[in-house]
Formats: sequence, C-alpha cells, structure tokens
Amino acid sequence: MSAATVTDTTGSPAGEDRDIFLLIDEHDHPEGASTMLGFWIYLMSDCLIFAMLFATYGVLGTSYAGGPGPKQLFELPLVALNTSMLLLSSITYGFAMLAMTDGKQRATQAWLAVTGLFGLAFLCIEMYEFTGLIREGHGPWSSAFLSSFFTLVGTHGLHVTFGLVWLVTLMVQVQWKGLIPANRRRLMCLSLFWHFLDVIWIGVFTFVYLMGMLR
Amino acid sequence: MATNMTPSPLDVSPIFGRFTLESLPLHEPIVVGTFCVVAMGGLALLATLTYFKLWAYLWKEWFTSVDHKKIGVMYVILGIVMLLRGFSDAIMMRAQQVMAFHGSEGYLNPHHYDQIFTAHGVIMIFFVAMPLVTGLMNYVVPLQIGARDVSFPFLNNFSFWMTAGGAIIVMMSLFVGEFAQTGWLAMPPLSGISYSPGVGVDYYIWSLQIAGVGTLLSGVNLICTIVKMRAPGMTMMKMPIFCWTSLCTNILIVAAFPVLTAVLALLSLDRYAGTAFFTNTLGGNPMMYVNLIWIWGHPEVYILILPAFGVFSEVVSTFSGKRLFGYTSMVYATAVITLLAYVVWLHHFFTMGSGASVNSFFGITTMVISIPTGAKIFNWLFTMYRGRVRFELPMMWAIAFMFTFTIGGMTGVLLAVPPADFVLHNSLFLVAHFHNVIIGGVVFGMFAGINYWFPKAFGFKLDPFWGKVSFWTWVSGFYFAFMPLYVLGLMGVTRRLRTFDDPSLQIWFEIAAFGAFLIAIGIAALLMQIYVSIRDRNTARLRDTTGDPWNGRTLEWATSSPPPDYNFAFTPVVHDGEAWADMKQRGFVRPTEGFKPIHMPRNTGAGLIIAGFSVGFGVGMIWYVWWLAAICFVGMLGAAIGHTFNYKRDYHIPVDEVIETEGRRTRQLAAGAVA
Repeated sequence: MSAATVTDTTGSPAGEDRDIFLLIDEHDHPEGASTMLGFWIYLMSDCLIFAMLFATYGVLGTSYAGGPGPKQLFELPLVALNTSMLLLSSITYGFAMLAMTDGKQRATQAWLAVTGLFGLAFLCIEMYEFTGLIREGHGPWSSAFLSSFFTLVGTHGLHVTFGLVWLVTLMVQVQWKGLIPANRRRLMCLSLFWHFLDVIWIGVFTFVYLMGMLR
Repeated sequence: MATNMTPSPLDVSPIFGRFTLESLPLHEPIVVGTFCVVAMGGLALLATLTYFKLWAYLWKEWFTSVDHKKIGVMYVILGIVMLLRGFSDAIMMRAQQVMAFHGSEGYLNPHHYDQIFTAHGVIMIFFVAMPLVTGLMNYVVPLQIGARDVSFPFLNNFSFWMTAGGAIIVMMSLFVGEFAQTGWLAMPPLSGISYSPGVGVDYYIWSLQIAGVGTLLSGVNLICTIVKMRAPGMTMMKMPIFCWTSLCTNILIVAAFPVLTAVLALLSLDRYAGTAFFTNTLGGNPMMYVNLIWIWGHPEVYILILPAFGVFSEVVSTFSGKRLFGYTSMVYATAVITLLAYVVWLHHFFTMGSGASVNSFFGITTMVISIPTGAKIFNWLFTMYRGRVRFELPMMWAIAFMFTFTIGGMTGVLLAVPPADFVLHNSLFLVAHFHNVIIGGVVFGMFAGINYWFPKAFGFKLDPFWGKVSFWTWVSGFYFAFMPLYVLGLMGVTRRLRTFDDPSLQIWFEIAAFGAFLIAIGIAALLMQIYVSIRDRNTARLRDTTGDPWNGRTLEWATSSPPPDYNFAFTPVVHDGEAWADMKQRGFVRPTEGFKPIHMPRNTGAGLIIAGFSVGFGVGMIWYVWWLAAICFVGMLGAAIGHTFNYKRDYHIPVDEVIETEGRRTRQLAAGAVA
C-alpha cells in the first residue's frame, strides 16, 4: 500500500493535502442522517398538493351553480371550536417533544395520547359538519364551489386521519423499543407533519371560512 | 342525489364490479393475436425461469435488492420492454394512416385507433422515458459522487416497484377492458364520466397515480442523496454535470408531480364521486384541468431532457479527451432551464383565448429558454474543438443529438410565436416538433448513456457493429418518419386523424411509414446488439478488466466493472471537478490492503409487497370491485406499518468478503496489465 494514497483523515476535505485520495479510517454513517431533509422535501411536495387545492378553490369558490354560498352554509362557532382543537393538539405535540428531549418516556406517551384525542375531536367535529351539509342536500356534487370546498377540507382531514394512524403506530413502537434514536427520529417527522397540517388549517380557516363569510 | 352519486349507469356486480366476459376484447382479432403471442412468450419465460431454478435468485438478488445499481438496471430493463410496446403502437398508427386513403377505413376501427394513440403517448412518456431516465440516474449518481448507495435504499426499491406496478396496469388494459380514448393527457370533459363511461380513463388514472408515487419518492431520494452523500471534498461546483442535471431534474420532479397527483385526483372525484370540477355543468371549468395538467406537463419535458443533457456532457468530455468547456455556465444554464420550466406552461394552449398580453408573456418566456439551451450546445461544440474526438457509439449518438435537437429547438421557437401557434396548434407540425426533441434529445441521450455506462454495469462493452446498425437506422429512420409530418402540419393536417380525404397527402405518410420501418430495424438491431454482446462477453474485444474502458474522467470509472456491492472499498476524497482524471494524472495507486468491514443497507421484500397491494387496489378501483380495493388498501397500509416495525435495516459486509472481492480485482487488473 502506498502511504501517499491513504490517510486516516476523517471527513474534512483534505484541501491541504492534494495527494490524499481515499478515506482510510471511515466511521459508520449514522442511520437516517438524511431523514429530516428527505421528510422536509416530502412535506413541501405535499404542500404543493394543497396549493393546487387552494388554487382550485380560488377559481371555483364562487361557482355556486344557483345554490347556497359560504354565508348560508358555514357555522363559524363550530369552525372556531374545531380550529381550537387542532391548535391545542399542536401545543400538546410540542409538550410531547419536550418530554422526549428530556428522555421521559411516560410523559411523552401521555402527551402523545392527549394530542391524539384532540386530533380525534377535530375529525369528529369535521365529520359532523360534513354530514350536516350533506343531509341538508349540499354535498360535494351540488356545485363546483362545494366540490372544491369538500375536497380541500376533506384532504386536510384525510391527512389528519393518517397522522392519527401514524401516531398510534409510534406510540406502540415507543412502548416496545423506548425512546431509541430511530423512534426519536420518527417522532420528529410526525411532529413536522402535525405542525404542517396546522399551518395548512390556518390557511383553510382564513381563506375558506373567514373570507367566505365576507363574500 | 343518490343518482348523482352513482357515476355510471352500468350494472355493478358486488363480486365482479363492472367486469363481465364482454369486457374481454375477443371481437378484436389484433388484440387476441397479440394476447396469444404475449401469453406464449410469458409462459415460455416463466417456464425457463422455473427450469433453471432462477426464482430464488431473482427474488434474493434483484426483486428485494436495495442496491441502487440493481434497481437502476431493473428500471432500464422496464424501459426497454415498454419501448417495444410503445413502438408497436407507433407503427400501427403509421400503418393505419398510410392505408386510410381513397375511401379506405384502414384496418383499425375508431375505438381501437383512439386507444392506440393514447396508449402510445402515455407509455412512451411514463413507462419508457421516465424509467430509462430514472434508471440511469439511479445507477450513475451514487457512483459519481462516491457514495455506497442512495439516502433511502428501501424507498428506492419501493419506487421501482410502484413504477413497474403502473406499467402492469397499462399492460392489463390491453387485454382486459380498454384503455382511454382521450389522448395522452385525458382532457375533460371528454375524459369525464359522461363522455368516457368505460374503464379506459380509470386505467389511465390509476396507472399514473401508482407510478407517480414511485416517481415522486425517487425524486426525494435522489435529491437527498446528491445533497447529503457526496464524497469529502466534492463541493457542489465540483460535481459531475450529470449529477447537476439529475439534481435539477429531481427538484423538478418533486415540484411538478404533486400537481399531476392533485389534478388526477380531482378528475377521479369527478368520475367516482360526481363532483363538478371539470364538468360543463354546475360551475365546473374544464380549462382549469388543461392549465393544471400543463403546469405539471411542461416541467415534465425538462425532467426528461435535463438528464439527457447531463449524459451528453459526460460523453462529449470523455470522448474528446478534454475537460468540459464552460462547466460553470453549464450549471447555470441547467438551473435557469429548471426555473423557466415553470413559467411557460400556457404555450401549450395559446388558443385558449387568454388575450394578447398573457400569450405574449408565455411566448417570450418560451423563447428565452432557447438561450440557456443554445449555450449548452455551444459548450459541447467547444469541448470538441481541438479535442481528440473518438467516434465511439456514445459520441455518435451525441453528435446526432446536436444536429437533430437543434432542428427541434428551432421549430419549438417557431411554435412559441402565438400567432403562428394559432395556425399550427394541434397539427402534425406540433407532433413532428415534440418527437424531434424527445427522440432527438431524450431517446438519443438514453442510447448514448446506455452505450456509455453498459460496460460499467456489466463488465463488457456493447457490440459496436450492431450498435452502428442501430444508430444509422434510428437516425435516418427518425428523419424519414418525422420530416414529412412537418410538411403535413404546415399543410394543415391535424393530429390523431384516422382517415384522409385528400389523396395528395398520401405520399408524405408513405415516407413517414418507411421511416417508422427503419426505426423498427433500429430497435431490432438494438436487441441484436444486446444479444451479441452477451454472447461475446468474454472476448478481449468486449471485456472490460480495467473498470475504465473509455478513459473516463469521473468517479464511477475509479471502481471495478461491475462495481462491488459497496461501490468503493474506501470512500474517495475529491480535489477536482473531474475527480478520476485528477487521480490518474497525479499517480493514484490503488490500495491492496487495510480493508475494513463495510456498513450497508439490508434487502427487503416490503417494497414489492406494498406495490403489489397498490396494483390490486388500482384494479379494484378501475373495475368498481370495491371489496378488492378495500382489502388491498388495508393490505397496503398493514404492510407499510409492518415494515416500520423492522428495525434491523443494515448490516456489515465482513472484512474477509471485502478482501476477497478486492483481491479478485487486483488479480484482474494485473492480468489485464500483462495482456
């Protein structure tokens, strides 16, 4: 082995030594080193799906086809309650993450459970709103406005549903393996996802419900 | 309300959905004949695999592999197999159009013909061009940046199987039911449930949705790989150009495919749930679909062409024996094309009537794209200038590309002029233009790439004689097939016509059909080239013992051909944009001892299983077999969750194995040096 070609430099680009061509003493790369970046990129692609749905709502949001508009259909107190459920769930997820950082497994699990309950409450209220609208004959097939409303809000609800399934899965895994690095990383990803859904909901609340009432 | 919710008047059986025996196209002799050939071929293949006991090998070494190299090869194989299908559609259309004169109806009925031109477009873009491009990126990028695999090896395997799943669904539509008769973008209201009540559009939707998941995830994966896993010393501006174009392509994928997912989901809702997004009634807006799908569709063409530009950059530099001219300008040109790809979509429908100012904006942005593209062409020409150009196959394809693509680019600028476009919109001139850039750019690029990297992947070169036969028939066939379409388009012939009244047009279709025939020979020669190369793989003529058969300049040529599972026994340290050329020049000596165990990801079958459930889900949705869709959906979710309970995803290749592999390479290099 030629000494000139091999080095025990670890990592730093060996700009000083132009004759070092290989890393001889390499350490294992930590598993999941790119996970956070990858998940961010995925979230941005998901954000684009919502952007499309918002744009669709922007185009079709006033196409009532002779039917009722937002003012007649939306109940702001109900939506306010719903919004508070989701915002509270984001806060409690934050508490879960704080507990995780302190290594407190039981507190983490408890806060995750509270988060899940708030999420479930959000979904139930949304279902109540949707079934109410449909029962009164204002389903998604009634007008382009209602199609785009149900699709935008429903897609968000679908995301929350998947978030809940994921949350339960992670709680089982934390119970099984404890707060090992892999589980911490997963909890971080779900945290990003959960807060992302919150941000989307703020957009929905503002542009669909509040501005709808002003029309 | 209840009637609104049932989107189709067809009787839906709770067990078989809307599938009946009449769904089988037994009345179409062409389809039945094709089915017999495919079925016999398939059975022969299965029998061979079973006879040679290859199933376990395939499952362990390929299907469940998370090795980016094997996944890359599987993508390319998928692309070539689907090319045969897509080309069969093409030559059937050429034959129909050449026959349908003087009152003849040709040999294809409208229902069949409309499916063929739709399937041709869908297959060529999604299941030929995309797999070939993704396959090359998958194979080459980690090697060029000195990495051992991609960032998310399991996702990579899963992405491949989702793409393959989409291809399976398209192929199924040939024999069970029908494919869409709407053209490759399935524009509503034609693709809505009232005008397309059959399963065709649903086949279209679900094959693209399933393949789209794969494409998106592979985009995320390759971005992370390029951003996070470059060898020490390789700054962004020291990356090979192919990595740059791959990075930009994958950024385009991540920023464009969600739009396709969303717009197809909205179309599905219109078809399944009776919503009114793109309908003519209840306030829907069909032109919104056209806008949305082209917001995906225009970036898509750059997704395809940028990697091809990357291939040409590597090839031209290697075979001119020179550093690439204008590396920095090449990077910026690529980045500018990436950005501009998003602000030109409206040029696909100037005739929508959005007004002079909007049309001018999109016309100008479209013309502006020719500036960075032109800069690239000059960079390649200046790289060749005063180089020692070796006219090997990859270089021949690169030169054919430069001629052909320049013509296609110029007709593109012509179409970007809105008043001209009002005349040429949807004419054969347009068809000639986009085939000119996609065949002349993407297809030639993929052939250049396959010929260039084949020896790296398999340890032997592709046979040059049959390669040249393929090259000359493809290139001349292209000009014969598509130059007449420019003429016809200027004479006002629109696309997708099945019969013609004006007999004076026939001669141009005859020339085009002759061109398609030449391309058929080109494809046959390609298959022959692969066969002959495999047969003669151990001859000195084709065998590559050095790992660097072309005197390459980038890191993939620093390892053996084919590379070991772990790519590099020691991670390279990079000092120069052309790392391997630099290493060779500065007297790099390959170490023969001091090896260590290597940390690698473990194979898994989860990707194939989840993709299998996805295909079942798609089929259930297409045929309204709700129980199948429900079971498969649960299966999909269960398999995905189940996979997350697998915490043992990596292992170490023992040092003895590394020593043995590297020892074999040492002996091979020594034997090569003596010979």
